[in-house]
Amino acid sequence: MATTPQTTPNQDRLLFVLFAAAVLTAPLWASVIGAGYPDLLQKFAIFGILAIGFNILFGLTGYLSFGHAAFLGIGSYAAVWSFKLFTVNALPAVFFGMVFAGLFALVIGYISLRRTGIYFSILTLAFAQMSYNLAYSVLTPITNGETGLTMNQDDPRFIDNLFFAPEGNALPSTNLFGIEMTGFSGFYFCAVVLIIAFYIAMRISRSPFGMMLRAIKSNQNRMNYTGFNTRPYALTAFVISGVYAGLAGSLMAVTDPLAGAERMQWTASGEVVLMTILGGAGTLLGPVLGAGIIKYFENIFSAYNAQVLERIFDFLPDGIDHAAASVAGLFVGEGWHLTLGLVFMLIVIFLPGGVMEGFTRLRAKFSKPTVESSSSGSTTSPAKDSA
Amino acid sequence: MSILTVQGVNKSFAGLKALNQVNLKVEEGAVHAIIGPNGAGKSTLLNCFVGRLEPDTGTVTFNGQSLLNRRPHEINQLGVARVFQTPEIFTDLSLLDNVMIPAFAKRDGAYTFNWVPRVDGDAEMTDKAQHMLEDVGLADKQRMLAGSLSRGDKRRLELAMCLVQDPKLLLLDEPTAGMSRADTNNTIDLLKRIGERKITKIVIEHDMHVVFSLANKVSVLAQGTVIAEGTPDEMRGNPKVQEAYLGGAHI
Ligand SMILES: Nc1ncnc2c1ncn2[C@@H]1O[C@H](COP(=O)(O)OP(=O)(O)O)[C@@H](O)[C@H]1O
Ligand SMILES: [Mg+2]
Repeated sequence: MATTPQTTPNQDRLLFVLFAAAVLTAPLWASVIGAGYPDLLQKFAIFGILAIGFNILFGLTGYLSFGHAAFLGIGSYAAVWSFKLFTVNALPAVFFGMVFAGLFALVIGYISLRRTGIYFSILTLAFAQMSYNLAYSVLTPITNGETGLTMNQDDPRFIDNLFFAPEGNALPSTNLFGIEMTGFSGFYFCAVVLIIAFYIAMRISRSPFGMMLRAIKSNQNRMNYTGFNTRPYALTAFVISGVYAGLAGSLMAVTDPLAGAERMQWTASGEVVLMTILGGAGTLLGPVLGAGIIKYFENIFSAYNAQVLERIFDFLPDGIDHAAASVAGLFVGEGWHLTLGLVFMLIVIFLPGGVMEGFTRLRAKFSKPTVESSSSGSTTSPAKDSA
Repeated sequence: MSILTVQGVNKSFAGLKALNQVNLKVEEGAVHAIIGPNGAGKSTLLNCFVGRLEPDTGTVTFNGQSLLNRRPHEINQLGVARVFQTPEIFTDLSLLDNVMIPAFAKRDGAYTFNWVPRVDGDAEMTDKAQHMLEDVGLADKQRMLAGSLSRGDKRRLELAMCLVQDPKLLLLDEPTAGMSRADTNNTIDLLKRIGERKITKIVIEHDMHVVFSLANKVSVLAQGTVIAEGTPDEMRGNPKVQEAYLGGAHI
């Protein structure tokens, strides 16, 4: 327990290849658990990207942002504007989503990082709520308020109209050089981006820069007296995670060209926190797993409604079946967040390292008689001079 | 030549005068001990050297440059490293990481966005950190988490973290406080060995045994003022010093 896990370059290469293979074959294996359709798979990939980026800030650097949904929303708006103004090609949309989210993250991070701990969290929350409210009020010319920003027949689309004559009356659909971003091709676009995002996060995690972020989380004071200017480190991590969120937001728009302010609500910010902690903050795979688990169960649980429940509990005697159905009804459908909250509490109490810690514990159980246990046992002497 | 010059430094905390017109000259290459009873202002004085506190008045000059109004990382980059009274280490990182991090600070500066190469692929930094850990006798624990070390080992680790930077000036705040006699002697040996590296050291110490084994110059601080200064032998019999230590119980 006292030793640190150390991965070799070869282990990391293997991890990456397995990750990429699992993502690319997701339509096959996910259908086994009833999740093999593109809409849900896209969600896995997009929220996976969001959580990976969030983890660079929260998991590595230790700064808990409660406002990352703002960057998600900014990414979506920027992408839809790119569709409206320039072209329905996905690449510029993704580019603008990342750039705008990054610029906002630079400003918000610069201000918020003047504080640490709970004050930092509150500042980010305040900024996100501000963005949310602005999107509904003064910024309606940009956000189209409650209706949400959508593509229109009479959008300029300068680049598209320069090269292609507008055809018919139908709205063009978002595409990647002709490949339409719907169905499985939409998923595969997100999947490739997810794999790149994972690769970059992995490099960061193993690099000197990543080590410094972990050191800031561990002891910021020591970092300063060790000669590091910690604020630009934290700001870089903040901007990177903001860019990841912007990327995720723009992908949402690519697969469904609509941007609404509800994407920026604080519950959306809280969701990515849950994903990261549930999967295992600070680990590479954890955040992606957390995102997948939450989106998967959200999908299953919200499908249940009163009628379905009545049918399930039909075998019970009259009276009791209604009671059972209404109690169960609290936890499904709209009440799915209650289930999520309970699961989250259980995880935080019994498995603070998230699902990844669960895996580590299982592995330790099944590989008991190895050198690891003996090496950590012999070298740790309980603080003999602590008195 | 003096590497650190302190002139007329005053520092008050809400009316309490913690430092009162402190003057100090530390010669290059010296092991300069600062002794004095609890609450004399020793740690406060060190805090004024590393950017944790700003003196109310007075100057602190290191190698010809003022240390005032500089942030802690800037002062470290000038070549000043500090061991704290309670060890400041990266408890949830490995010992090797703990020592590599300061080595990176020395080589790459206060900020670099170095995200492409792997840490474990940097042979230069890894070798440097491993040698340092060998020097302080912690090589066999390099994969352990720093937080799981005993208190004595934590201090040795923190010392290694400072030494790996090859500082020009090393500040040690009670490096043996809370240590067993055996650990204290180990630390003295270690400090003597690294003494061969010509690093100027300022040692705050309570333990006279440590002071007399290490220092070649002693300043005595009492109630925020330097009341006596000289070689360890001169200080041993000094009545002012005896008085400051309440009848010389410690000497
Ligand atoms: N940050 C602070 N705020 C208020 N008082 C302080 C602070 N730091 C030190 N002091 C006071 O200054 C005096 C000197 O403290 P210190 O420098 O820690 O003494 P020493 O290290 O010599 O034991 C003590 O009376 C202490 O209570
Ligand atoms: Mg002290």
